[in-house]
Amino acid sequence: MARIDLRNLAHAYGPNPQGPSGYALKPLNHTWEDGGAYALLGPSGCGKTTLLNIISGLITPSHGQVVFDGVDVTSMPTEARNIAQVFQFPVIYDTMTVYDNLAFPLRNRRVPEPAVDARVREIATMLEMTDVLDKRARGLTADAKQKISLGRGLVRSDVAAILFDEPLTVIDPQLKWQLRSQLKQLHKKSGYTMVYVTHDQTEALTFADKVVVMLEGEVVQMGTPAELFERPAHTFVGYFIGSPGMNVFAADVDGTVATVDGTPIRLPRAYGKAQADRKVELGIRPEFVRVARGEGLPVTIRKVEDVGSYKIARLTFGNREIAAVAPEGTEFPADGAGAIFDPAHLNVYVDGHLVDGAPAREA
Amino acid sequence: MDKPINQKAWFLVLPVLLLVAFSAVIPLMTVVNYSVQDTFGNNEFFWAGTAWFEEMLRSPRFHQALARNLIFSAIILVIQIPLGIVVALSMPRKGVGVSICLVLMALPLLIPWNVVGTIWQVFGRVDIGLLGHTLEALGIDYNYVRDPLDAWFTIIIMDVWHWTSLVALLCYAGLVSIPEAYYQAARIDGASRWAVFRYIQLPKMNRVLLIAVLLRFMDSFMIYTEPFVVTGGGPGNSTTVLSIDLVKLAVGQFDLGPAAAMSIIYFLIVLLLSWVFYTVMTNYERGGQ
Repeated sequence: MARIDLRNLAHAYGPNPQGPSGYALKPLNHTWEDGGAYALLGPSGCGKTTLLNIISGLITPSHGQVVFDGVDVTSMPTEARNIAQVFQFPVIYDTMTVYDNLAFPLRNRRVPEPAVDARVREIATMLEMTDVLDKRARGLTADAKQKISLGRGLVRSDVAAILFDEPLTVIDPQLKWQLRSQLKQLHKKSGYTMVYVTHDQTEALTFADKVVVMLEGEVVQMGTPAELFERPAHTFVGYFIGSPGMNVFAADVDGTVATVDGTPIRLPRAYGKAQADRKVELGIRPEFVRVARGEGLPVTIRKVEDVGSYKIARLTFGNREIAAVAPEGTEFPADGAGAIFDPAHLNVYVDGHLVDGAPAREA
Repeated sequence: MDKPINQKAWFLVLPVLLLVAFSAVIPLMTVVNYSVQDTFGNNEFFWAGTAWFEEMLRSPRFHQALARNLIFSAIILVIQIPLGIVVALSMPRKGVGVSICLVLMALPLLIPWNVVGTIWQVFGRVDIGLLGHTLEALGIDYNYVRDPLDAWFTIIIMDVWHWTSLVALLCYAGLVSIPEAYYQAARIDGASRWAVFRYIQLPKMNRVLLIAVLLRFMDSFMIYTEPFVVTGGGPGNSTTVLSIDLVKLAVGQFDLGPAAAMSIIYFLIVLLLSWVFYTVMTNYERGGQ
């Protein structure tokens, strides 16, 4: 167990990176607290796996340092780092039994055989694999193989952190839930630092205490699931998390008034006038948009999707699309509909990043 | 039991049956035919029964040639399979080196067999050959025309030069199909270089190794052209393997009956040993379950 600090870390795969786009991972400072459960969330190709491989030492970063509990391990090889990592596709040693597979990381480190046996049986019990321990690993299903991979990650008791690289991709949806909650329990029980890479928001939000959202090699926000939901620090976080994602549209902001296509909207806080060449946007979660008759922004209801436990109204305002979420049973007005935004949850973004306004004087 | 039975289906397999009949079964049957008869020329044949087979199986000449074949194949497998694996492991996985390596490795395989024999025949000659002359200049007594051991040495080195790249290319194909994640996982698990080879690379090469062993066994057991060109079976009979002996018997002495009997025994031995290799290796792969 360890606290992991990333100091001025950056990585470029090519030799002389030209500008920010040459980096697979843009410079970042980050701390993974000891015993935390983190999720790294982002679209494919955003640098999640690169970051993970840098922590485990499979990749040596081109810039910056990786520090475990105050010790610089940047140039240390993977074997010396006490890191466990589970990969997207199951990696098993075909010719070995399940038991030998689980024992492999321990035996390589010359752990005495009685200790190996105790540990392997403990992990096998947790993964509910005791009855297949003597079987050869190759004949098992993909689920079972991935459980073995997980098990090999968990079997070492001295690891600084366990890294998961989209480990549940090949698992059945039903078993996915089960394994995910097992992992969560395991985290509570063992107190390992765990970093879980995924592009599935549900997976990230259910597993982690803190979610780190990445975009194009950059960490755009780190926070609890609630923080990510309520105050997305970046428009990308807004529509990557939540279903449907946050409504984002261009607006002119001046003081406490935002103007969207000539329609003024009152803001909860006061903002300065943005520079002319900046892109100013307004963001609001569909959960905080209410549809009423004859009030707010005049909109047309394009369609209403009933997803069972709630309804999603797809609205158009001019040529902009707005989504609104309403409880089951809501009736929408046939004409003259208007969208009302909850002012407390209106966020203002400049060039994609959230800006904090000053408290409005006459609120 | 409810499967419809349609005899017309036979017409669909008929072309294949005919092809196999003309290319394999009928020629083989003529050999069987010769093997049970005796002739004194003039196209007159007399029934001989199993006499030729009994004679052949008791013949010391046959036993010696068979022993030479077995020793040759054993040496070839023992050298070429590990060497091929080592070469494949040290080949580059990416970059321009890959194509250069592949082309260089494929070159010996593209050379006609009797040309390979000629190359080594000249290469090993003490008077003008680069190898033979160099060895002599170094004071090493080497002459494949005179000394049986030198003749064996030359033939084995020639076969290793000719065919190891086939083993290496097959193994390389097996190696490149291993996903990178396996090597990463092995590093995480703290596996040694040997453990990576033993538990990741070797199991993944299992299938191609089976093919390599079978091909190399069959080819080396049936070898004819190269030793014939280099040594002609000599000095004495020291490199006379079954195929060379067979040609001497059938074409040189025109003993059709014994030669036919020998062919059939030869064929059955190749078949039997290939089957043994195949069974042993597939059983090993399944872990003896």
